[in-house]
Amino acid sequence: MTDPQAVAIPMVSGGLVDGGHLEELRTDPIGLLERIRSECGDAGRFDLSGRDVTVLSGAGPNEFFFRAPEEVLDQAEAYPFMTPVFGEGVVFDASPERRREMLHNQALRDKFMRGHAATIAREVVEMVADWGDEGEIDLLDWFAELTIYTSSSCLIGRKFRLELDRRFADLYHDLEQGTDALAFVDPYAPIPSFAKRDESRLALVALVQEIMDRREAAGPGPEEDRDLLDVLMSIRAEDGELRFSADEVTGIFISMMFAGHHTTSTTASWMVIELLRHEGAMDLVVAELDALFEDSDDVSYQVLRAMPQMEAALKETLRMHPPLILLLRVAKVDLDVEGRHIAAGEMVGASPWISNRIPEDFPEPDSFDPSRYLAGREEDKLNPWTWIPFGAGRHRCVGASFALMQLKAIFSVVLPSFELSLAQPPESYQADMSKMVIQLEQPVLIRYRRRGT
Amino acid sequence: MRIQIDADLCQMHGVCESEAPEVFVVEKGETVVTVLNFTPDEDQAEAVLAAVEYCPTRAIIIVEEPAGGM
Repeated sequence: MTDPQAVAIPMVSGGLVDGGHLEELRTDPIGLLERIRSECGDAGRFDLSGRDVTVLSGAGPNEFFFRAPEEVLDQAEAYPFMTPVFGEGVVFDASPERRREMLHNQALRDKFMRGHAATIAREVVEMVADWGDEGEIDLLDWFAELTIYTSSSCLIGRKFRLELDRRFADLYHDLEQGTDALAFVDPYAPIPSFAKRDESRLALVALVQEIMDRREAAGPGPEEDRDLLDVLMSIRAEDGELRFSADEVTGIFISMMFAGHHTTSTTASWMVIELLRHEGAMDLVVAELDALFEDSDDVSYQVLRAMPQMEAALKETLRMHPPLILLLRVAKVDLDVEGRHIAAGEMVGASPWISNRIPEDFPEPDSFDPSRYLAGREEDKLNPWTWIPFGAGRHRCVGASFALMQLKAIFSVVLPSFELSLAQPPESYQADMSKMVIQLEQPVLIRYRRRGT
Repeated sequence: MRIQIDADLCQMHGVCESEAPEVFVVEKGETVVTVLNFTPDEDQAEAVLAAVEYCPTRAIIIVEEPAGGM
């Protein structure tokens, strides 16, 4: 299967005797990834503390990466830093077959999207209800709290969402901060962010335990209000005890909400920042919304599908600020990628950050230009293997449609009612790349003012 | 028109079924969408094109049949 002529993949410069490029990955992952592309082209290696990682980029290598089946490139063992977040026994990701099966039965299917649109709009309306006519918010805090409510409401149920408050969002944020790349070497290393991760997970379990105790005492309640937690609590062992402990339930809920949480709150934050710091960009989006909601403020699935300006701005935000910058797999067999050799056991990655900025595919890649997605250009559709903020192929984010719909719904409620402005110098808004879960450096302050006041 | 499905891309979201239920069915236990009719009639064309447009994974490909003659 492998070609004897296949050549070795070059190793990028830098790297320490002790740990290779681990420290650089922890502190400046973009610098490392960009150097791999500039020095090695579309396949280059770095040393993750004794383990080689090949980083692929460009359409051909990416297509290989994203089409590879589990027997060739395995995802399940590529993210060891997630185990302490989810808890032992909660899988990071199921096989593509299992994912399809889950999707078929679950909340992300198209037929549920219509209901989710209304659910999300309602959560946003409730969040802005106490805003008053003007004020200042930290975008990341605000969106992180909102998306805890929207994701719990859509994926677990409104009943559970109403049992949550700001505490859950804060603990969840600490959990996300526990994804330092050091976890590739030791997920339980004695560093503050890991200690905080473990404390906050325990605190989340305690919150869920309180909720379960209350429900156990009160009984399941009216059938039409029942949610996923009621279903999980209805499953009993032979001795009548609950089949799923609070620890397991928390792990299931954390894993269900994880992929859609930091990604959505970060993207929503960057969307606001980019629209405000590019002349005229916000006006185009607001004008589109004003026209769409001129006669009715009903944020429906149908209306959300037809928002070309909003959609283009979201796609451009995602291209420039992909929430995940390095997607990883483990090679299960020796393989060749366009004449280059990768040995079984090595890690293989694709980088949305790098591929989304390839100038041949995305002219002037560092300029924020939503018009690249409008009719006639459609750079996302032209480049399905390099426009990859959601990944691609077999493991493409199954929540991508939900995410885009949710982001549109949020802005469809906020922007027609409030005018936003930056409360910090435009260049002070920066990504926080110190964790595998990328967020923004706080504070991320903006001001709002009710329109027409 | 002739419909092709990229089986590596299909994730069974079911958007195509919502748009063109006479052409696409997302069946329980399957791992790729079931196409009931690979060469749908003209009266289905609009629905099929909507399915192509809104498929979240862009897994549906339309191949235009040569018009014949020439």
